[in-house]
Amino acid sequence: MNHIIGRFVLLCSLLLLVIRPAIAQLEFDITDFVGKRTPIAVIPFAWEGEDDVAHYDIDDVIAADLNRSGRFRPIPEQDMLQKPAASVDIDFDDWSILGVEAIVIGKLIQNGANAYTVQFQAFDVFKRQQLIGYRMPASRGTMRRVAHRAADMIYEKLTGIPGVFGTKVAYIRAIGQEDMRTYSLIVSDMDGENEFTIMESNDPIMSPAWSPDSRQLAYVSFENEASTIYVQNLRTGNRIKVSSRIGINGAPAFSPDGRNLVVTLGGLDGNLDINILDLGTREVTRLTRNRAIDTEGTWAPDGKSIYFTSDRSGGPQIYAISVEGGTPKRITYEGIYNARPRLSPDGSKLALVTLDRGNYRIGVLDMEDRDLLIVSRGKQDESPSFAPNSDSIIYATRLSGDGVLELVSADGLVRQSLSSGNGDIREPVWSPFPRY
Amino acid sequence: MKFYSLLFTALGVMCIAGCASQGIPDFGSASDAGGSVASEGESAVAGGSEGAVGLGEGEEFNDFGQMEEAPLEMVIYFDFDQSDLRTEYSDVLQRHSANLADNRRTNIRLEGHADERGSREYNIGLGERRSQAVRRLLLVQGVSADQIATVSFGEERPAALGSDEESWQLNRRVEIKYLD
Repeated sequence: MNHIIGRFVLLCSLLLLVIRPAIAQLEFDITDFVGKRTPIAVIPFAWEGEDDVAHYDIDDVIAADLNRSGRFRPIPEQDMLQKPAASVDIDFDDWSILGVEAIVIGKLIQNGANAYTVQFQAFDVFKRQQLIGYRMPASRGTMRRVAHRAADMIYEKLTGIPGVFGTKVAYIRAIGQEDMRTYSLIVSDMDGENEFTIMESNDPIMSPAWSPDSRQLAYVSFENEASTIYVQNLRTGNRIKVSSRIGINGAPAFSPDGRNLVVTLGGLDGNLDINILDLGTREVTRLTRNRAIDTEGTWAPDGKSIYFTSDRSGGPQIYAISVEGGTPKRITYEGIYNARPRLSPDGSKLALVTLDRGNYRIGVLDMEDRDLLIVSRGKQDESPSFAPNSDSIIYATRLSGDGVLELVSADGLVRQSLSSGNGDIREPVWSPFPRY
Repeated sequence: MKFYSLLFTALGVMCIAGCASQGIPDFGSASDAGGSVASEGESAVAGGSEGAVGLGEGEEFNDFGQMEEAPLEMVIYFDFDQSDLRTEYSDVLQRHSANLADNRRTNIRLEGHADERGSREYNIGLGERRSQAVRRLLLVQGVSADQIATVSFGEERPAALGSDEESWQLNRRVEIKYLD
């Protein structure tokens, strides 16, 4: 009885809707790389300001971002034969000898008490050409974001793919033993910095989903021993209960215009079906009426159809249905278990969980030629989520019992692990592009 | 189909259990639960009109429900990827049904769970399928629909945290929770 009361008190005290720094941040480690990592040089930025030393190491953030992409290898500072601050000072011959293919220079200028200008340039060493030159305002509060934005622009010039260094990841952490677990919904920058706990509970939290403007997260919470879907504003911490019907309320995902959620509702008889919930009117439109489990809906980028998991054929497979309703079309045929579809934002690829010779792994289905590529190597990999540039996937895997996150390029060649060393972390969801 | 065969099995087991307890008094537990029945029998014999010791009309009795019952199991386990109720649970579920049918104000929540393998929201579906399998049986056995709530926690609230068959078996379950 004391135990029950204790749990109740804990439940009340730990159900937090606060936004506060979390206890342990994600650590990155590049675990796999197939192919060449292009050597580049990010020269320490020059400083023009009141104090003797620069207030921020912009170049460190840029170099770390490019390094984490897995496609570039920034050379160490001691290997640099010169540290030019202006384009006229660059000796391209020196950099050619080192095999460096691109060089980034820049300057941090202080204009006022809390006003700065970040300026940077990137050069192609072999062509001896400027690839990009840009300057932008910054303050103490925006300095990291400005540095990530610079890295995004450099990355795009070098690869042709927009960078995602300024994006965020939301995920769930569970800490504690069977009857005393604490579940947290956490948001952090993709480099592990600025980690914040958005919501904390002694009852499970699951299925976080970003709104298209990155300002809100939808998620499922089991407070009061029943599933409820909430939409929470990340800046204010305020949340709205959007679905708490009898039975299952699960698997929310925002429509591309942010006006609707696709949700799974089970009702009294527990028949899980795909529904569209209008966030303005709270009206629900039921899309599927099959006796099977229909769940894990996700919108196609054009907003016209919804992909979902259904076991109407006996085991879980991926289907697509028009938002107007009608007969769903089966998408996957390979294997006996395909679930949790997520389309790349460019619509060219579908990430899913597939049973691969006894292991649950992340597969990437090419939507054109229908080839399925297995891109993970664990036993229980799940919850794939595409980067907004469609080039990488973040997913959850297990490492000696604990849940950890991994990032993999959509071609399966570059892989990184993200561990927190604290609890079981899972259900990562990659944010949309940031707005500057 | 399996569901109905289980129901008949459940009724069959129930009948056997009932007949056994009526036909063969369990003397081992008489001192605990059946004591009052035994003393009434003795007084009837002592005051019998025939006057002969060891003879008499006798009387009907039914101590079913008064006997000390085994603790009622609150967790029903399932096979991998299955929501079919194993026949071993037929008497357990019958006892829950009888309890609930006799106590219409008593409410329960059936909490369905799945093991950790596969996708999380799909596992919510598998857990719900299990709690609904138990719910349907209880409804057929006379429990009122408004006495039963269901919830599925999928793989989110494991009973065992290991990643092995032993833990998975403990996690594929429906917990029957009696509410105040």
